Amino acid sequence: MAATDTAVLVPEITAQRVEPPPRGWTSWITTTDHKRIGILYLVTTFVFFLMGGVEALLMRVQLGTPDNTFLTPSTYNALFTLHGTTMIFLFVVPIMAGFGNYFLPLMIGARDMAFPKLNALSYWLLLSGGIVFYISLFFSPPEAGWTSYAPLSAETFSETSGMDAWIFLIHLTGISSLIGAINFYATIANMRAPGMGWGRLPLFVWTLLTYAVLLLLALPVIAGAATLLLTDRHFGTGYFDQSQGGDPLLWQHLFWFFGHPEVYIMVLPGFGIISEVLPVFARKPIFGYKAIAAATVVIAFLGLLVWAHHMFTTPSATIVLVFFMISSFLIAIPTGVKIFNWVATLWRGTVEFKTPLLFAVGFISVFLIGGITGVFLAVFPVDWQLHDTYFVVAHLHYVLVGGSVFAIFAGIYYWYPKITGRMLDEGIGKWSFAFMYIGINVTFMIQHSIGLEGMPRRIYEYPDVGNLALYNLISTIGSFMLGLGVLITVWNVVRSLKKGVAAGPDPWKGNTLEWFVESPPPVNNFDVIPRVRSVEPMKDIRRQVARQSESSLSPAPAGSPD
Amino acid sequence: MNRMPAALAPARSRTRRRLFALTLLTALAGSLVLATGASADFWTPESGGGSANAENIDTLYKLILAVAVVVFVGVEGMLLYSMIRFRARKDAVPAQIRGNTRLEIGWTLGASGILVILAIVTFVMLDDIRNPPNSDADGYPTQRIVNVQNASAYQPRPPNGRALNVEVNGQRYVWRYTYPDGDDNILNNTFSYETLVVPTKTTVTLAIKAQDVAHSWWIPKLGGKADAVPGHTNFTWFKVQRPGTFRGQCAELCGRNHADMLAKVVAVEPDEFKTWLENKRREIDANNKAAEERRKQEAEDTAAGDSPAEDKSSVESETPAQDEGP
Repeated sequence: MAATDTAVLVPEITAQRVEPPPRGWTSWITTTDHKRIGILYLVTTFVFFLMGGVEALLMRVQLGTPDNTFLTPSTYNALFTLHGTTMIFLFVVPIMAGFGNYFLPLMIGARDMAFPKLNALSYWLLLSGGIVFYISLFFSPPEAGWTSYAPLSAETFSETSGMDAWIFLIHLTGISSLIGAINFYATIANMRAPGMGWGRLPLFVWTLLTYAVLLLLALPVIAGAATLLLTDRHFGTGYFDQSQGGDPLLWQHLFWFFGHPEVYIMVLPGFGIISEVLPVFARKPIFGYKAIAAATVVIAFLGLLVWAHHMFTTPSATIVLVFFMISSFLIAIPTGVKIFNWVATLWRGTVEFKTPLLFAVGFISVFLIGGITGVFLAVFPVDWQLHDTYFVVAHLHYVLVGGSVFAIFAGIYYWYPKITGRMLDEGIGKWSFAFMYIGINVTFMIQHSIGLEGMPRRIYEYPDVGNLALYNLISTIGSFMLGLGVLITVWNVVRSLKKGVAAGPDPWKGNTLEWFVESPPPVNNFDVIPRVRSVEPMKDIRRQVARQSESSLSPAPAGSPD
Repeated sequence: MNRMPAALAPARSRTRRRLFALTLLTALAGSLVLATGASADFWTPESGGGSANAENIDTLYKLILAVAVVVFVGVEGMLLYSMIRFRARKDAVPAQIRGNTRLEIGWTLGASGILVILAIVTFVMLDDIRNPPNSDADGYPTQRIVNVQNASAYQPRPPNGRALNVEVNGQRYVWRYTYPDGDDNILNNTFSYETLVVPTKTTVTLAIKAQDVAHSWWIPKLGGKADAVPGHTNFTWFKVQRPGTFRGQCAELCGRNHADMLAKVVAVEPDEFKTWLENKRREIDANNKAAEERRKQEAEDTAAGDSPAEDKSSVESETPAQDEGP
């Protein structure tokens, strides 16, 4: 740490000439400003989210009644492949990078990311990945699922170019995320405000740091695996072809060695958002800052050791099954610690029922269900029954919709005033929350039972046996409520751009430095970077301002008792 | 456009109350569904009347469910309580607590404790789930499992080593079953498609393989899934006590008709199984002979040109007489 003396604030740069703020669409495509790139990320990924949502609704329509013929089998297979791939690679992972881009420099008191041009490159690579992937819609979209298991993804069984579009999506978004991760890491390591030691890093920044490290560890593996798949498909290699001495299980190992850390890549920044939102609206410091930060790192580490719990039904020795059951159990402990800490943060606070808080609390209550069903699936004999059924679909959506998406919505409602300078409408926001909260539970709760009744995932039709028809209809109705809830927020976001109440720099009385600057923040973020003295620098600053205005109001300092 | 926000933005407390009412309503609707759909499958995996390994998985599942319900009610209860009890009020002052080490250690140990117990229970029950028992004395006479080509350490065997070892081969989009005939040559064995006929009171071990892409063998009432992966042999077993029909389907995405890759196990009395097997053998032999004659005929008729089509007639006439179960 360079211990520069910032007691006396001296401007570091003398401006010779002031450029007018760039305007017009060219300024957006040439920008290297982390805030504009952040907005590009957020808007683009949200559009992909809506596309993935439409794909999900089409599938739910198909499954609404037994033996439905609304979609053909190949369309259905293409839809779940597009849906899964879009939501993971084009929505949840990059939208976290969007929030990170916008708020990481602001939260740590930096004027931009460490490598602004690389930052722009990350975004444009992401967009190209998305376009390359979606162009396959006009030819022949991939049909092998987002997991693209070999040999189904081999040329023999997926001869169309859609599979290659998927591989290029993995490569392009992978490079995008790798560059982004390096950028995040470098920024956090080097550009923190004076006084911001590791123990004063906002928890969202802790999770971004972990997100970046996990991306760096996991992405090269899937990039390599996708390359092997590409050479298998077109250049005659046989890495995944048993007839040439390869092994289809190699793909599964490589895929899940990336795939499980990917779950934590998607959900840890969400944990960070929750850890920022809860203390602000409970008006109470986060309970157990160190425990939450430590739990984040421990989850990331253990997340690298659990991949084969996705493969309990493959031919495996008992000792392998036992190892991955225990490691999956272990990961439940730090996750539980986080949930307990969040509940304890609300405990004895004064909880203000603003929309960001509702989404944050909704997150805890729903994510808990995903966590608990995860324990069922970690017990491998039980997994033998539940694996690849709708129970797993329910579990992963409780984690990713209940977890990541609710956290993202909490983030949207919490940070929209900072990004736009206007507040989102609280009433509309609460309706959106109500529809989404009820929608997710109606959609996915019943899917546990669908799976327990024996319905596998990824089937385009099912016979009218048992209660499957009723359960699936309930799930379909729920999915439309969820969709309506999302649309209400879209409407709120668009409407409030013009009609929202002016927010001012610090509408929520936040704890972290992004609330120190105007809304929206100026191009250089900070004219003066404040010295950080605790994990809640804005509380200190507000206290200091209050003290100063008090002393300037009362001219006789001798009158004060202390 | 303006109508909705006006309707949507009532006094804050009203919205809150309405939200609460809505949540309550869903909970109520949910419990109603629970009550009507109170079949066993609502809460637990399919079981009952099948094989003991499925029963044991079901028991294990129920134990975890009991723990899960306690944790769920506890945490959600605390969350709901702190939301209601500590909501912002005029004179309320938030307590500035930053943490409590003893509490942190406490709940870490608590969570670990629960998981240790679950792990122990799993280990205790594992043997009965993973390893098959001996056949009953009045079961179908079986031989030692011999024809395992990829001899594997993972193959579970009954204590006496005897079982009806059927090879299950997944191929798009049908399952092929090869029944043992006592010798090492698997090519001349009796086989069937889609429907697997087995004797009751007899341990049936399955050696599961895949022909083309990965599939997954799964009959819910007869135990968990076993993936069929090309180049590998996977194993599972079941033992049915009473005659019956058990349905399932492929559980690993295998292509466009994955949804139609059905499987059925028909359990019949050992004597009946013996006759079925003999009939099946005769049927296959007759089909083979007919096919051979047809091929000869075709070869004589058309000197060259069309390749003799693969004979699938034995596949078509597959449904066994005892299809309907008990």
